[in-house]
Amino acid sequence: MTPDEAKDQLDARVREMMTWHFSEETGCPFWLDWKKEAGWDPREEVKGIDDIVKFDHFQDEWLREEKNERFVPNAYKGKPFNVFETGGTTGCPKQRVGWEDYKHDYEQFSDQLLDEYFPKGGNWIMVGPTGPRRLRLAVEHLANHRGGSCYHVDLDPRWVKRLIGRKELDQVERYQAHVMEQAVNIIRARDISCIFTTPKLLASIGERISIPSHGIKGCFCGGTSMTPEYVRFLQEEVLENEALFVPTYGNTLMGLAVSIPEELQQNNYSVTYWAPQPRAALRIVDPEDTAKTMGYGEYGRVELTTLTHEFFMPRFLERDEAIRRKPHEKYPWDGVGDVRPFGALTKSVIEGVY
Amino acid sequence: MKTPHIPILRQGRPYKSLDVQSIEKLGTDEPAVEISFACADMIKHDMLKMDKARAKLRAMKSSDLIEITKRAGEIFLNDDLPVGIDGEPQSPEDYVQALASTSGLPHSLIRMNMKRLGGIFGDIETIFRGLTRGLDIEVLDKGYGEQGGAPVSFSPNTTELAVILPSNSPAVNALWIPSIAMKIPVLLKPGREEPWTPWRIILAFIKAGCPEEAFSLYPTAHDGSGAIIRRAGRCMLFGDDSTVKQHEHDPRIEVHGTGYSKLVIGEDEIENWEKYIDTIVESVSANSGRSCICTSTIVVPKYGDEIAEAVAKRVAEIYPRSQDDPDAKLSGFANPKFAEWINEAVETGLESPGSTDVTAKYRKGDRFMMKDGMNYLQPTIVRVDSFDEDLAIREFLFPFASVVECPQAEVLDKIGPSLVVTAITKDLEWINELFDCPTIDRLNIGNVPTNRIKWDQPHEGNLFEFLYSRRSFQIAEIA
Repeated sequence: MTPDEAKDQLDARVREMMTWHFSEETGCPFWLDWKKEAGWDPREEVKGIDDIVKFDHFQDEWLREEKNERFVPNAYKGKPFNVFETGGTTGCPKQRVGWEDYKHDYEQFSDQLLDEYFPKGGNWIMVGPTGPRRLRLAVEHLANHRGGSCYHVDLDPRWVKRLIGRKELDQVERYQAHVMEQAVNIIRARDISCIFTTPKLLASIGERISIPSHGIKGCFCGGTSMTPEYVRFLQEEVLENEALFVPTYGNTLMGLAVSIPEELQQNNYSVTYWAPQPRAALRIVDPEDTAKTMGYGEYGRVELTTLTHEFFMPRFLERDEAIRRKPHEKYPWDGVGDVRPFGALTKSVIEGVY
Repeated sequence: MKTPHIPILRQGRPYKSLDVQSIEKLGTDEPAVEISFACADMIKHDMLKMDKARAKLRAMKSSDLIEITKRAGEIFLNDDLPVGIDGEPQSPEDYVQALASTSGLPHSLIRMNMKRLGGIFGDIETIFRGLTRGLDIEVLDKGYGEQGGAPVSFSPNTTELAVILPSNSPAVNALWIPSIAMKIPVLLKPGREEPWTPWRIILAFIKAGCPEEAFSLYPTAHDGSGAIIRRAGRCMLFGDDSTVKQHEHDPRIEVHGTGYSKLVIGEDEIENWEKYIDTIVESVSANSGRSCICTSTIVVPKYGDEIAEAVAKRVAEIYPRSQDDPDAKLSGFANPKFAEWINEAVETGLESPGSTDVTAKYRKGDRFMMKDGMNYLQPTIVRVDSFDEDLAIREFLFPFASVVECPQAEVLDKIGPSLVVTAITKDLEWINELFDCPTIDRLNIGNVPTNRIKWDQPHEGNLFEFLYSRRSFQIAEIA
């Protein structure tokens, strides 16, 4: 596929989603009501991804304040849904409804994994936030889809954030040690060849055991930003250059943006992620004028548009900034590189807690 | 000349990070040095292996490490040593220039600090004896022995001495140098603007024959420092009163905080006050007033105004000069904001009618001034009406002192904790009271500037007792 063909594919997807989400038979109450109030019909005016700027930014508060039922497309009416939570430390969390999206996302991701490092039939362990998060089901589905089972060790990031906010760093370490003890016990006792975890937890497991020596060949990682030096440390030292480090960028609202792990070293461990187009698209925007896309090589704020039948979310401003990177042969659309918390250079951000 | 790149040292092994920060020469955009930064998790991983570094030193004879330390001192003072990962040679004069370019210290002060550090290396045997109260150093080789006819044994409390170094005073490296002879490896986090001195000392030790594994150097950000503080078996750091409070019950951590050092004159000697002005001026202004052993409060029973005037007149002769001026005694601020903040704090204190800046009429220009692109604070002597004034007991990173009158009988109740007190008196009864005072760490009796210390008598913590604990033991039979 060429970049032009990828753009055509995305434009087609945008048109399809406008038709789906803004038609009475298939759209959800939230967007249908929105259309009535907006006074314009996206089906007529949004003909491709470039027109998406006609929407204002999706407000994540809507996911907290609106009833979840209002996001159920009429096409799915009466079909019980999953509720997945994202972020939040206090009050009512932000939630997203879903049915099969996570399966599609992770099956698509599975196609990108190298069997040499993520052997088919191999068992997985997930060490990280489970509970009401989409990841809990998604990683297990990924393991099952590839013919294996998945073990889980839970971690509550909201509690960790509170501890950090209160500067109780010794408690953070004790909690982390508690989680690690469970993870290491399972890794030692069971046949596990793949792991999903967060960068910091991976490093923490690596403090306790040699990860590749315990049979783990591949590590799929996500959750927080990583500097190139940190990625190098994880690949070369924690995974001892034997297991493969596969960084991803994603969340409950997007799915998974993938990187090209086999090219990490030649790129000095600077990670570029490509969105799961056409199901979602990422754009690096000028923080001062978010209609404007930044130039290649420039830092800007990450803007996400999700385009699935289950969920439409235009122009959501992530709490991250990244460098706009050029399309790659493997993923012929814009990538986002060296992701870091938005405003990381100007303010202190509680991030990378687990 | 190519900009040097200071790498991370992981038990002596240079490691060039992808996270590189550039430190500019003060007042310019020209890079003085590139520094590899370590991530916190890398440091945590490495700290798990510090027993290997300790084993390297443990395998050596203490007497050999003493000789190595002495040789390292000569090398530090005199040799060209490779600087950074590409190993360009750095002469002692290059070192002075490099440190001046990032720290704001005048060359003369750097040379003074070099000499002081050289003294630490050279006097290592005396220092060891002083810290251990005469212990035969071979006890560290065998693990046990005799001291004063009694059996003794010492076990290490840690596999490493971690030190979070500041940027404002190269002489603080003196605190960790004896650790090598005590067979405890060091793990250093250099100050942002001052990687030069720890690097040069480490290279000197290695050239002198010390195993490179004994030295770990981790330039790192706040989270890396936090990891070191939380994980090190023993850690020294520098900070203000809040840092001291934060760690006061943690035996692993020794915080070198503010000193609140004082010079007091007894009623028996006050009529001779003019004789002591040189001592007071040195106590206030040595090392640009940056040390915790510099006097920040002068307490006298009378003649407060006269003494404040006399000292102010003298310290006003210390003003910002070119860094290479041999008479330069005042340091610029590597972080220009610090000078602004400190000046604001002094000005706030002077808003009280009970506090007067006596130096103002003698110095040229304002207290805060800029020269050659650097911010300076000119020496300041403040006459205060009583200990109740905000500026009566304050310590700042420049030559600053208050002068307060107080009856001799009330001095010990008023002065509060003091790292050093110089008491100019011959009154034996008062001297006894001073010796009995638990809030004075180091006590000088007589005409001794507060900044003159002897390393065999630690003024702030005893390194040997920090690194080792005495254990009781019996040996019935040795196989």
